[in-house]
Amino acid sequence: MMNVALIGLGSVGKGVAAILAKKDLGIKITGIADSKSGCMDRNGLDIADLLLKKTKNGYCGDKEISASDVVAKGDYDALIEVTPTNALTGEPAIGYIKAALIRKKHVVTSNKGPIALAYKELHALAIKKGVALRYEATVAGAIPIMHMLEHGLAGNEILALYGVLNGTCNYILTRMADEGLTYEQALLEAREMGYAEADPTYDVQGIDAAIKLVILANTIWGNGIRLVDVDRTGIDLLTADALRLADDEGCTIRLIAEAIPRKHIIRVSPRIIEKNHPLVVEGTLNALTLETDLAKEITLIGRGAGSTETASAIIGDLLFIKDRYVQRA
Amino acid sequence: MKLEMKDSPGQLVAALKPISDVGGNIIAVIHQREPDLDDDTLNVQIVLELPEGHLEKLVALLKEQGVHIQRIGEERLLYKRTVILIGHLMHTDLSDTVDQIDSTGFAEVCELKMNMPAVNERSTSRITIKAVSKGDMEAAIAILRRVSLQKSLLLIEPLEEIA
Repeated sequence: MMNVALIGLGSVGKGVAAILAKKDLGIKITGIADSKSGCMDRNGLDIADLLLKKTKNGYCGDKEISASDVVAKGDYDALIEVTPTNALTGEPAIGYIKAALIRKKHVVTSNKGPIALAYKELHALAIKKGVALRYEATVAGAIPIMHMLEHGLAGNEILALYGVLNGTCNYILTRMADEGLTYEQALLEAREMGYAEADPTYDVQGIDAAIKLVILANTIWGNGIRLVDVDRTGIDLLTADALRLADDEGCTIRLIAEAIPRKHIIRVSPRIIEKNHPLVVEGTLNALTLETDLAKEITLIGRGAGSTETASAIIGDLLFIKDRYVQRA
Repeated sequence: MKLEMKDSPGQLVAALKPISDVGGNIIAVIHQREPDLDDDTLNVQIVLELPEGHLEKLVALLKEQGVHIQRIGEERLLYKRTVILIGHLMHTDLSDTVDQIDSTGFAEVCELKMNMPAVNERSTSRITIKAVSKGDMEAAIAILRRVSLQKSLLLIEPLEEIA
């Protein structure tokens, strides 16, 4: 049995908690905190009861107990850090992750902020303490890209990567292409469907895709690329005419994140792409193509967001840690 | 290219062989006997693709075979790429934008399709560029990138073939 503490009880956190309560995976939640409260029990918490409280009251535990308390004092092997991404400072997540690593606890996170901003430092700290820092859920939701890089493609040199990493943009572009909608109409529809935030800037200007590209580049090449290094153009100035003109040629337009170190290219931009290209996926799907020296091209397609889908990536990381470090099956 | 050769057995094959010898690819051979031509020569038109820089070698080889080259019509711009430009294209002097490519001597705009919405709204155009080589195409696109930045235009490039 592996004990875990869960920090963050939004859509992803609830998904993780529900799956751990439902599936017998040998993982016990001994601490939970949301933004207002926390609770700990080394014998395991009653997840169903806590989720019910969260729905009813808006918080899950004791208001006297903070997330920092759970991180600092909880009895757990691995911390699950799933608080919202702060792309500017990475806090308070960086603080939680550091505190857990210093206590020699493994960390699994879906939070892009800490990994994009402080990967080098956190990675070094984890190695120093002999624990794992895993973040499969930060990039392309359910697609197991990190596992594939680490295991399936071990020994390959990654020459380039191309990806559709933002579901909101892909949904908007799909609708503009399929229905001839203007950007404004497609965005409005995406909002109604719950695919776009009230302030869509972060998605439509390619910031989210760029952050994911930074995470991938640092993981693959350890090149210390930062968000400001990404050559970034969003989709918010696209016209319906542009999609039509591309369509005349058997093409469409997609927001593509690409990194080709040998050409010094690291960029996120809308691109003309043939409709039958493997990266042309529909709706909110994500896709990633890697070009390697041995395997050549490999493309993964899957869901890039969603409570259960993102939880899938977190569960995968947790079971990897459980098997590798905590308890061999 | 249009060739003139002796109308005798084996001549046509002798004229075609050098093309494959220099790595060329024959696309079409048009062989027409003109009835009012009473001498013993044969006129043949050949459409072919040649790797860059091999034309002179082919010409020399054909001469060795006693083939007279009447005419070479060279289509030298081989690389094609289509981009989309969005913005105030007319207000920012579209002909200047096009000219920046055309004036390079190694690349040119060969097709331009444009949709113009209401006045003051941004217009969208699809531009196809031809260039002599891949490197020249990269240079042409780089010029377009610079011009787009200067004129606040949105340039949408194609995703290159994964190489």
